[in-house]
Amino acid sequence: MAAVAATLAFGSGAVQAAEAEPGGKLLLTGGVSALEGGGGGGVATWALIGGNETSRGVGGSVHATYVNVPDYELRSAGVTLGLFDRVELSLARQDFDTGATGAKLGLGQGFTFKQTVAGVKVRLIGDAVYDQDTWLPQVAVGAQFKQNDQPAIVRAVGAQDDTGIDYYAAATKVLLDRSLVVSGAVRLTKANQTGLLGFGGDKHDRYGAQFEGSAGWLVSKRLLVGAEYRTKPDNLGFAKEDDWADVFVAYAFSKTLSVTAAYADLGDIATFRNQRGLYVSLQAGF
Amino acid sequence: MRLILAATALSLTFAGVAFAQQPVPPGEQPVEPYVQSNANAGATPMRDKAVLEAFHGKEGIARITSDLVDRNIADPRIKDIFATADVVRLKRTLSEQFCYILAGPASDGGCDYTGKDMSATHQYQGITPRDFNILVENLQKAMDKEGVPFAAQNKLLAKLAPMSRQVIERR
Repeated sequence: MAAVAATLAFGSGAVQAAEAEPGGKLLLTGGVSALEGGGGGGVATWALIGGNETSRGVGGSVHATYVNVPDYELRSAGVTLGLFDRVELSLARQDFDTGATGAKLGLGQGFTFKQTVAGVKVRLIGDAVYDQDTWLPQVAVGAQFKQNDQPAIVRAVGAQDDTGIDYYAAATKVLLDRSLVVSGAVRLTKANQTGLLGFGGDKHDRYGAQFEGSAGWLVSKRLLVGAEYRTKPDNLGFAKEDDWADVFVAYAFSKTLSVTAAYADLGDIATFRNQRGLYVSLQAGF
Repeated sequence: MRLILAATALSLTFAGVAFAQQPVPPGEQPVEPYVQSNANAGATPMRDKAVLEAFHGKEGIARITSDLVDRNIADPRIKDIFATADVVRLKRTLSEQFCYILAGPASDGGCDYTGKDMSATHQYQGITPRDFNILVENLQKAMDKEGVPFAAQNKLLAKLAPMSRQVIERR
């Protein structure tokens, strides 16, 4: 407050001092929207807080994501709210469309699993961008509350529950002098295919630690290219579940609009093998 | 004893020099005396010849810092911060600072930084994270205009980023 008074006295005009400021974050430093909502890469969650706000404001974004692999389609849409670059609240809706595969699985043509994911993330320490004189990354912890809309079906395939909570800790660092972004997360989860096939299973029904890693190269201030890897549990007896990987390109048209395109390898899903295909995500924010 | 006295006298003389009113460079306003030191630059030199070449040497650095100051004082979002600034002095000291960071001290062929430290220069300006990031964006534009490759730009930004702790006053 003393600084504010002094500023006013010096007449340098920061009259809006006491008001919250919208925007102000550097391009791409809020990450893009992850599949389960919130700031991240594509399939990995990062420690960055979504939205364009700094510590003095509120930001937010909406995203729409489409993944097309040979036997399925995955659509996700959601909103992310960033509070003072400290707390992130997110809500995402995922539609896992089995299309023609649904009939082969005995679920019916076009059968679609739907999942709602409500997330909260808190930045604990560090600043991924500013702290360039130390190896200390930006560290955040979070939880995702997931609700699957097909309790009977997910139980029929062996899942123990139609709701679940993931807990994670993520560390993200921009290595500016090398133009690199690296991120890692440990997730405690029981989710089958992120929860689209329920939680826990006939094979395993305990929380296990899974890893998410991302590395990206900042080609320009607008363009990030990179790769991600995400390990997954394998709880269900009827079909083995594979880790996910992708290579991605994220491009910021402006502070308000960015696109992520990826080639994703989702492995085997519900007995259908080698689900690889295009991942496209559009994000608009303030 | 005589030696100690002589040494004391000598150090007093040096201290006197450091605190004495500096000659005011042409076009600049006089400033209150302060201790000049390259430590005031707030970062250690990079000593990477390739990066210095990417900035087109001292001349390129001077063009970038001059352009950066021009952009800042014309930027409606942050120009008020510079309302009372001595623009001639700001351009000179900023150029010295970047030159010291990129090329080392004058004794190594670079520049000595003669400005105040980052806390002193930014005190009472009430700079916010948004202001700081706008300045970074303007610097990126100035470096783009000079044709500095993005990877080399980031090496300088990596040196400047931690200064946010001294520069940002209102979080």
